[in-house]
Amino acid sequence: MIFLKLFWSFFQVGMFSIGGGMAAIPLIENQVVNLHHWLTLTEFTGLITIAEMTPGPIAVNAATFVGIRIAGIPGAIIATVGCILPSCIIVSLLAWVYFKFKEITVIQGVLSCLRPAIVALIASAGLSIFTLAVWGEGGFSTNPQKINFVSVLLFTAAIFILRKWKPHPVYVMLGSGIIGGAIYLLI
Amino acid sequence: MEQKNNIYTKLFTSAFYISAFAFGGGYVIIPLMKKKLVDDLQWIEEDEMLNITAIAQSSPGAVAVNAAILLGYRVAGVSGAFVTILGTVLPPLITLSVISIFYTAFRNNTVVNAVLKGMQAGVAAVIADVVLNTGRNVLKQKDKVSSVIMVGAFIAAFFLKINVIYIILVCGYIGAVKTLILMEKIQKGSDS
Repeated sequence: MIFLKLFWSFFQVGMFSIGGGMAAIPLIENQVVNLHHWLTLTEFTGLITIAEMTPGPIAVNAATFVGIRIAGIPGAIIATVGCILPSCIIVSLLAWVYFKFKEITVIQGVLSCLRPAIVALIASAGLSIFTLAVWGEGGFSTNPQKINFVSVLLFTAAIFILRKWKPHPVYVMLGSGIIGGAIYLLI
Repeated sequence: MEQKNNIYTKLFTSAFYISAFAFGGGYVIIPLMKKKLVDDLQWIEEDEMLNITAIAQSSPGAVAVNAAILLGYRVAGVSGAFVTILGTVLPPLITLSVISIFYTAFRNNTVVNAVLKGMQAGVAAVIADVVLNTGRNVLKQKDKVSSVIMVGAFIAAFFLKINVIYIILVCGYIGAVKTLILMEKIQKGSDS
C-alpha cells in the first residue's frame, strides 16, 4: 500500500513538473509535506538543499530520499520509477507528433502560459522555505523576538553575492552553511 | 552482436558519467550530452540534437531524463532508451540513498543541525535568485496574460493553498485556448 502511494505521488511529480530545474520543487512540497506528511518542512528544506548540491535531477533525488526513508531501498526504486514513467510515456508521444508533423506549436503555446505559473509556484515554495529559515517551524509572526536574525543576515548576504557575482549556487549554500553553522555553535 | 553490446556499454557509461558529474540539472546535462554524442561519438546530427532538446524541454519531468530517453532511443531503439535511463538515474539513486542514510543517522547531531540551519537561508536565497531572474523575463515580455497568470498563480498557491496540480492544469488550459485563438487569427489573416 505504501509502495503504491509512493509510486502514485512521484508519478504526479513527474507528470506535472514542467519546465525543468526547480519546477519540481512546489510539486514535491505539495505531495511530500502537505498531502502525505512524509517529511516536515525542515526535512523538506534539508532535502532541497541536498538535491541542489548533488548531481542529478531534483525530482529523482527527492524520490530516492523520500522513498528510502519511508520504505527502504525498494521504496527508493519504486518512487524513482514513478517519477520517470510519465517522462517515458509523454516524451515518446511528443517525439512521434514532432517527427510526424514537424511542429509542436500548441504545446509550446501551452508552455508559454505555464512558464509564468511555474515561476509563481517556485516563488511560493521558496517563500515557505524563507519563512522556515527566519521564523522556524512556528511560521510567520509579527513578534520581533521570534525572528532569527542570523538567517536574515545570511539570506541578505547570500542574495547580494548571487546577484552581484553570480557564483555557482553550491558555493553560496556551502558558505551560508559553514558561516551560519559556526555562528549557531558559538552563540 | 558484440558491436551491439559495445554500443550499449558506451551509451550506459556516457549517460552514467554525465549524470554523475553534472551539477545543476538539465540545462547543464544537455550541452554535455551534445558534446559526447554529437561531437565525440558522432552518433547524432547537430540538427537532430536541437530537435531532441526542444522535445525534452517541452515534456514534463526532468529534462535530463527526457533527453536521455530520446537519445538512447535514437541510437539503439527501446533497449537503448532503457540503457540510457538506467545510466542517468543510477548516480542520483546511489548518491541520495547514501546521503539519506547519513541524514537519518546525523539528524540529531548539533554540528550537522547548525550547518543545515545555516544552509536554509542559503537555499532560500538561491531560489529567490532564480525567481527574480525568471520573473523578470516574464514581465519583460509585456504580455498581460502572462503577468496576470503569474500573480494569480502565486496568490492561489501561497495564500489560498490551492493544490499546485490544479493551478498547473488551469494555466495549461488557458495557454492552449490562447494558442488556438492565435492560430485561428493567423489563419484567417492569411486567407483574406
